[in-house]
Amino acid sequence: MEWMAWTWPTAVFFMIIATTLVVFTILAIKFPETPRTGVLRIETTRGDRLFITLLGSAFINLAWLGLLSSPQWGALIVSFCYAVAVFRWV
Amino acid sequence: MNKTVNQKAWFLILPVLLLVAFSAVIPLMTVVNYAFQDTFGNNKFFWAGLDWFRDMLESERMWDALGRQIAFSSIILAIEIPLGVFVALNMPKRGFWASLCLVLMSLPLLIPWNVVGTIWQIFGRVDIGLLGYTLDALGIDYNYTQGFYAAWATIIVMDVWHWTSLVALLAYAGLQSIPDAYYQAAKIDQASRWKVFRFIELPKMMGVLMIAILLRFMDSFMIYTEPFVVTGGGPGNSTTLLSIDLVKMALGQFDLGPAAAFSIMYYLVILLISYVFYTVMTNLDKREDS
Repeated sequence: MEWMAWTWPTAVFFMIIATTLVVFTILAIKFPETPRTGVLRIETTRGDRLFITLLGSAFINLAWLGLLSSPQWGALIVSFCYAVAVFRWV
Repeated sequence: MNKTVNQKAWFLILPVLLLVAFSAVIPLMTVVNYAFQDTFGNNKFFWAGLDWFRDMLESERMWDALGRQIAFSSIILAIEIPLGVFVALNMPKRGFWASLCLVLMSLPLLIPWNVVGTIWQIFGRVDIGLLGYTLDALGIDYNYTQGFYAAWATIIVMDVWHWTSLVALLAYAGLQSIPDAYYQAAKIDQASRWKVFRFIELPKMMGVLMIAILLRFMDSFMIYTEPFVVTGGGPGNSTTLLSIDLVKMALGQFDLGPAAAFSIMYYLVILLISYVFYTVMTNLDKREDS
């Protein structure tokens, strides 16, 4: 494992991602859903919305880092609002 | 009818999961770990935080390479898609000539990337290559090792030569699946050739064309071997596309941290565009079904 050069922050990051995936899998089994069409006019399931959220958050964080010199947790707040919006309207 | 719900079949995909873990997930995690650290070798790493990402976002070199990459992908798509459709429209529909065309068209697809690069590298040489020698004899100043335009023209023509057949074959498959009744109806209505193309052939080809665009975009956006063999990224940096620059940084300069940060951003861009294409494609299918 040493060659993978693990650090606590990156390990925590991956643990959060893995936990989210497990939670969403359990949700999908316990509470099956039908896809719905939102503002993007595409059919999405919870999994799709999670993917859009994660990918969008990555870009929000990069944009924050590149354009602003404010601390990075600001981007996390924006990402969180984005996530709520995606799960509500997409 | 009540179906019994049994999810045990999911366990059958465990071997694939294991394989993907070793071939993709673990390397990707390692790249993420590298992106946040600095190393001087010997497996000793130092925490660098977001520095590499900030460096890469401000690096002119990366934006230039990205610009060249977008230009390259757009140019080859703008040539290969219409050309492929044009070829497919003009291919014989059945019989001996159809088979011969199919075989001839698939030949370039079977050649490995590095061999394609070598073929064009020799083909374009002014001293021994047929193309370079002919152009030189005609008085055209062509030298892909020194001229910006010559280098770009060479790698673009090479890619068009290598991959237009893929688009043509996909479009041909799409065309073959159109029932004759559509053409007969068009004939009764005295539709012009253009109208037949615009309202029958193009809509019916849309699905396969989207696949062709996605495949060609992905492949060209990640292209490495062919331009590397022909121009090596030169003259200067004029044909240094994203992956060539990335390899230079990671293996040439051994800057693992910046290269890792760079490849994560590269990966995100590819992921985003592929997802958009995939969504458009699946939604087109659904619309056709309903």
